[in-house]
Amino acid sequence: MSRPIATTRSMAGIPTARLAVWWIIASEIAIFGGVLGSYLMHRLAHGIWADYAANTNEWLGLTNTFILLTSSLAAVLAHQAAERGDGKRAANLLYATCAGGLAFLCVKAYEWNYEISHGMTITSNTFWSFYYTAAGIHALHVIAGCILMLFVAQTAKRNEELHRVEIIGVYWHFVDVVWIFLFPLLYIAK
Amino acid sequence: MAESIPVGHGADHADHGDHGHHEMSFTEKYVFPLDHKMIAMQYMFTGMFMAIIGGFFAYVFRMQLAFPGIEVPGFGVVTPAAYNSLVTNHGTIMIFWVAMPVLIAAFGNYLIPLMIGADDMVFPKINRLSYQVFLVSAFVILGAFFVEGGAFGGAWTAYPPLSTKAEYNLSGLGSTMWITAVFLEFVAFLLGGINFITTAMNSRAPGMKMWDIPMVVWMIVIASILFMLSVGPLLAGGIMMIFDQNLGTAFFDPDRGGDPILWQHLFWFFGHPEVYVVLLPAVGIVADVITTFSRKKLFGYKTVLYTAIGTGVLSFTVWAHHQFIAGIDPRMANVFTVTTLLISVPIAEMLFVYIATLYGGSITLTTPMLWALAFIFEFLIGGVTGIFLGASGNDIFMHDTYFVLAHFHYTFYPIAIIGTFAGFTYWFPKMFGKMMNEGLGKLHFWLTILTFNGIFLPLFVLGAAGQHRRIYDFQNYPELAQPWMQDIRQFATICLCVMLGAQLIFFYNVIKSWMSGPASGKNPWRANTLEWTAASPPPHGNWPEGLPNVYRGPYEYSHPDREEDYWPQNEPA
Repeated sequence: MSRPIATTRSMAGIPTARLAVWWIIASEIAIFGGVLGSYLMHRLAHGIWADYAANTNEWLGLTNTFILLTSSLAAVLAHQAAERGDGKRAANLLYATCAGGLAFLCVKAYEWNYEISHGMTITSNTFWSFYYTAAGIHALHVIAGCILMLFVAQTAKRNEELHRVEIIGVYWHFVDVVWIFLFPLLYIAK
Repeated sequence: MAESIPVGHGADHADHGDHGHHEMSFTEKYVFPLDHKMIAMQYMFTGMFMAIIGGFFAYVFRMQLAFPGIEVPGFGVVTPAAYNSLVTNHGTIMIFWVAMPVLIAAFGNYLIPLMIGADDMVFPKINRLSYQVFLVSAFVILGAFFVEGGAFGGAWTAYPPLSTKAEYNLSGLGSTMWITAVFLEFVAFLLGGINFITTAMNSRAPGMKMWDIPMVVWMIVIASILFMLSVGPLLAGGIMMIFDQNLGTAFFDPDRGGDPILWQHLFWFFGHPEVYVVLLPAVGIVADVITTFSRKKLFGYKTVLYTAIGTGVLSFTVWAHHQFIAGIDPRMANVFTVTTLLISVPIAEMLFVYIATLYGGSITLTTPMLWALAFIFEFLIGGVTGIFLGASGNDIFMHDTYFVLAHFHYTFYPIAIIGTFAGFTYWFPKMFGKMMNEGLGKLHFWLTILTFNGIFLPLFVLGAAGQHRRIYDFQNYPELAQPWMQDIRQFATICLCVMLGAQLIFFYNVIKSWMSGPASGKNPWRANTLEWTAASPPPHGNWPEGLPNVYRGPYEYSHPDREEDYWPQNEPA
């Protein structure tokens, strides 16, 4: 596969793909910053939201935190394997990361199903609107990360484009960090 | 996906052969191109097409204001709902589908690789995807005119509850299509912006240090960073608005625990930096044009750069000056008054630097130079009237009048129209290999500039007399229906019609010069920057003979030790 010479240059001293993923993360921070900033302003102005938040299941939230952090560990190990040039192992570890993402989504689906069937829907009040919107945007990022990771694993299995393993890992850690913000804000603060 | 796209020839490669080169089919070359220049042309012509539509909308609603209730030729009678969708979509299209694609995406795509001496963008496929998402967004916003209830009529700022309740904005599905289109457009520019920033950071020619980067490249990169860091909250707000419109959530509904002001914060946190997102590329274009045509080094290269960065930082702290009468704390209003007045300092400094660049230069008044000078002059009026509005006490009186409208047209018009014409006429020889007709170019320039002032100077007067924006028919308000006011409205509308007609000269000039203009050669303006060392138009890969190296800054004009009055960046010392 031929690339433009532009792609292979590195005037800033950082590989192009890594530079780009950091800029993507910068723009993502602004998106989640907008959601969470709005949520926080409302939360501080409405003491009653603590009562609504009491209905969230912090044990399931904690489980999901654990699942995501574990999957991030698999992503780190995949990066290590890719550095050593072991594409096959990197691919397998990426599949494990994906499985973590899937497990996270399953727990999320169970939670939402429970909450919606007990009358706590996105239109119940503004707290629940924020709850579903913020966690929903995050879940979309989990899904997108999983899909991209499957593509990266496909090529990594053939020992090609191994630098991509690191890039998708950086993105996955970011998704993880967003959850680290969402979990206390939506589940713990009561 | 086609993996065998012929890229990657030149100095960095061991073999100079035509490896990987194959004849590209029409679709590969023009419909789904990976070449940055072709993607730039797609953005440019899509932007121009949208400008024609936005201009047509302006013609229709200006006719309604000047001659209320008449059957507008080419449109028919303007209903109140139609008036609302026309003004809403005029604003939206002109900013998001004209200024952004032309100034950032078209010039950014065309100029960045050529001016930094690279063969393409770092991610050609993301670049192509960016245009495709943008094109879909254009179809969505125009498609809204053909759904039941018509296009969105809740004003381009889309304040709730006007924008979230169909009974107020008189449009149904059109509202959701509008916010979806804006959302997609932002995604397209995030994709493009990542490419611009990464390319400029990583892919510069060997030897091109930070201070050797042409100003327009710097400005497009700074603008892309500003866009990237400011648009996120509005993307989040867009999702909330779609939910409010369609799912029945109450993010912006005060009756049910929401807050309509939240939208104004999310919108203007992006909306004000957005002004500088489109301003900076135009400022960059003007820097390159005036140095070339005054044969002088840019006075204070680093000053311009630092003021641009300062403007960018400050632009994140001024947004609430749009909300002085929205019920914000007056003490807070004082803070935003101060930041707003402060931001005029770096902008004024930029204009002074440009005037200092012109001072003592040997100026040639070519068409691009006329546009660039007009930019400085007209933008000055926009900037100075902004100071009136930035002061909260005065803004309480002026808010939402035609004074505001005239003010921001004096900023956006120089940016999006005058700046674009300066850039387009300056780089036309590079883009198409032909010279434009100077006589037609100057005729077009004078007609456009005179009528532009004819439209908007009178509107300052009307605004100061209390004429409010977004009113369908002023005859319903006795104090606004006075004959002298109606005369001014008619004068502005006639000027608009002349101005729109004058654009035919431009399109005729473009087509005629493209077909049968004299060949331009590589460097018709005797300019220094790298794009002028490539063939006109540059082939795929830009420099098939090998990518250039850089030895000096971009503005070494009239160097005392040299016979030639210019010194190309790629010429070894």
